[in-house]
Amino acid sequence: MIWQLDLLVLSLVVACGIGALMIKDLLGSAILFGAYSFMMCVLWAVMGAVDVAFTEAAVGAGVSTVFFVAAVFHTTRRSKD
Amino acid sequence: MEQILDVIIAKYNYWIYITLMMIGLFGVIAKNNLVKKIVGMSIFQTAIILFFVSMGMKRGATIPIVMHDHGAHGPIQAVDYINPLPHVLMLTAIVVAVSTLGVALALAVKVYKKYGTLEEDEILEQIRKS
Repeated sequence: MIWQLDLLVLSLVVACGIGALMIKDLLGSAILFGAYSFMMCVLWAVMGAVDVAFTEAAVGAGVSTVFFVAAVFHTTRRSKD
Repeated sequence: MEQILDVIIAKYNYWIYITLMMIGLFGVIAKNNLVKKIVGMSIFQTAIILFFVSMGMKRGATIPIVMHDHGAHGPIQAVDYINPLPHVLMLTAIVVAVSTLGVALALAVKVYKKYGTLEEDEILEQIRKS
């Protein structure tokens, strides 16, 4: 594993996680969480866990984002914090 | 002092995994919105899965699929392959995580239909008044 690439992807993961918790719009939070899951999938593919990587790509970045968008569509978009 | 710094730099990925776990725990505890709490819970679960998968990593090994299946190249050396046991266990953990997420979001939608808000303090105030 190239350590510069690893550190770059890990920094992007941490930034997406903090952004998904700090943004005041719930739809933006759902989109940032999808980006977080995709970065995590890239990290696992680099680590050699290919089965975990494509399961996460299908489940984390696909189904979870659809669930979040559906929940926001059924409730409300604004959040106080 | 220099030895401590060497240990921190050599194991930098574990420090970042612990940071991700604590970010998720902060989201579960300190956020006021129910959907934000669920996002924090998912970040927490994913960080733990990442930690366990990274424990099976070997330097200089390849993915766990047997090479040279047609020729006689001697016995298969386990040191050439990444350990596949954490991958299998964490596949189960990912499926459990997505089912937990679905149930939690369904409960959040039901709470919104009953109280008309997703903020925790407003829900508690309405419960206290009734």
